[in-house]
Amino acid sequence: MTKFIIIMLSAVFINNYVLSRFLGICPFLGVSKKLNQAAGMSAAVIFVMLMATAVTWPIQTFLLDPNNLGYLQTIVFILVIAALVQLVEIILKRYVPSLHKSLGVYLPLITTNCAVLGVTILNIDEGYTFAESMVNSLGSGLGFFLAMVMFSGVRSRLEGADIPKVFQGLPVTLVAASITSLSFLGFSGVIENLFA
Amino acid sequence: MNEILIAVIPVAIIGIICAVVLVAASKFMAVKENEKIPQIRECLPGANCGACGFAGCDGYAKALAEEEGTATNLCIPGADAVSRKLSEILGVEFEDVVEKVAVVHCAGDCKYTQDKVEYSGIESCVAAKLIFGSKGECSYGCMGLGDCVNVCPNNAICIENGIAHINTRLCTGCGLCTKTCPNHLISLIDDVERVIVTCSNKDKGALTRKACKNGCIGCKKCEKVCLSGAIKVVNNLAVIDYSKCPDCDDFGVCARECTTGCIVVSDLSGIHRLK
Repeated sequence: MTKFIIIMLSAVFINNYVLSRFLGICPFLGVSKKLNQAAGMSAAVIFVMLMATAVTWPIQTFLLDPNNLGYLQTIVFILVIAALVQLVEIILKRYVPSLHKSLGVYLPLITTNCAVLGVTILNIDEGYTFAESMVNSLGSGLGFFLAMVMFSGVRSRLEGADIPKVFQGLPVTLVAASITSLSFLGFSGVIENLFA
Repeated sequence: MNEILIAVIPVAIIGIICAVVLVAASKFMAVKENEKIPQIRECLPGANCGACGFAGCDGYAKALAEEEGTATNLCIPGADAVSRKLSEILGVEFEDVVEKVAVVHCAGDCKYTQDKVEYSGIESCVAAKLIFGSKGECSYGCMGLGDCVNVCPNNAICIENGIAHINTRLCTGCGLCTKTCPNHLISLIDDVERVIVTCSNKDKGALTRKACKNGCIGCKKCEKVCLSGAIKVVNNLAVIDYSKCPDCDDFGVCARECTTGCIVVSDLSGIHRLK
């Protein structure tokens, strides 16, 4: 149980996908302008990360590893994740239109998101079991959610601020992102001593 | 050779499985779209202005196709022509569109008032308002930095002598400028109305007078001369209730009697019908 908690906390805070590993920067900068959009995107990411892990972990363990095909990991994972997301979109559109509407354009956007691919590959690299992989995916998704929501708050404050003209738009956003990321550095080293 | 095959075959098989599943899923779980939606969408102007009250033209098209009883005359930029087409598609009776037109409730141009500050910041009314409260003497008036000009999709607004003017012939009444103006000086009125108050200053008379020679000082003369009781002075500013205005027996008396000339007779009447 302790191991699950450690994996979870480390995925959310210490190895936060956006702010520490620098994966998934595109949606982090692109969709963080408004809080509800950021939350919608993050919800979709959490969902897809869990689904992708549930599918790719068995593929790696039962198909690729026994046949010494580990080098096909990247291409197979991309293929499977893309197909999976499309399938999920079709199913949602048919049976849960309200959810499809709220996840909206973000679902196809996530198809080739590096954060999703990163989670699935890192799960394998870390040697997690299936349950641990799922916990790690959930934690990573929640970490993404945290980063997005926090940063959308920062950006809404930036919008009202009096910023020099040269810094307006993307430059000041990148500066803010780096400072937010620095603040997460404070968590590093916490987890080793948390349960010691 | 064998090694390559071993690599290619699993990927190919996975790819084929994914393809088959996706094709099957899209076939069996296809959602039927109402075929009228693209047809209706084609008729709408596509400005996505939101004047109809729906989320853009797509939203309005969807509502028209799926919710019975949605009025066909809600598209104000499209006016009568679009309303007529929509009625044909849906097979309902044509309803006349009450076209709207934007008017600026400020006439304090550089002849009547002057700048309070030497503003050299970003060319934006919102920025000027954030920093100084207002650029000119009158804190309610038009700053003339052109936020409305930038947002207007029809190039109907221009800045002349320091204030915004609206070319009523080009204005489609989408209302984007009314949402942009930081001083809320622009409003949409039906294009049949004929008198407008060209001031938004809510200060007391003496203060208004000091700031702008063309401002409404709240003297209530218009209130007294108005025969239909349509004009009320609220917060030192004349406000016209257009629902009562058409009953007036002596049309234009308020404009003639206004001591500062800030009520004017406009030639909006049926401006869109002239097109």
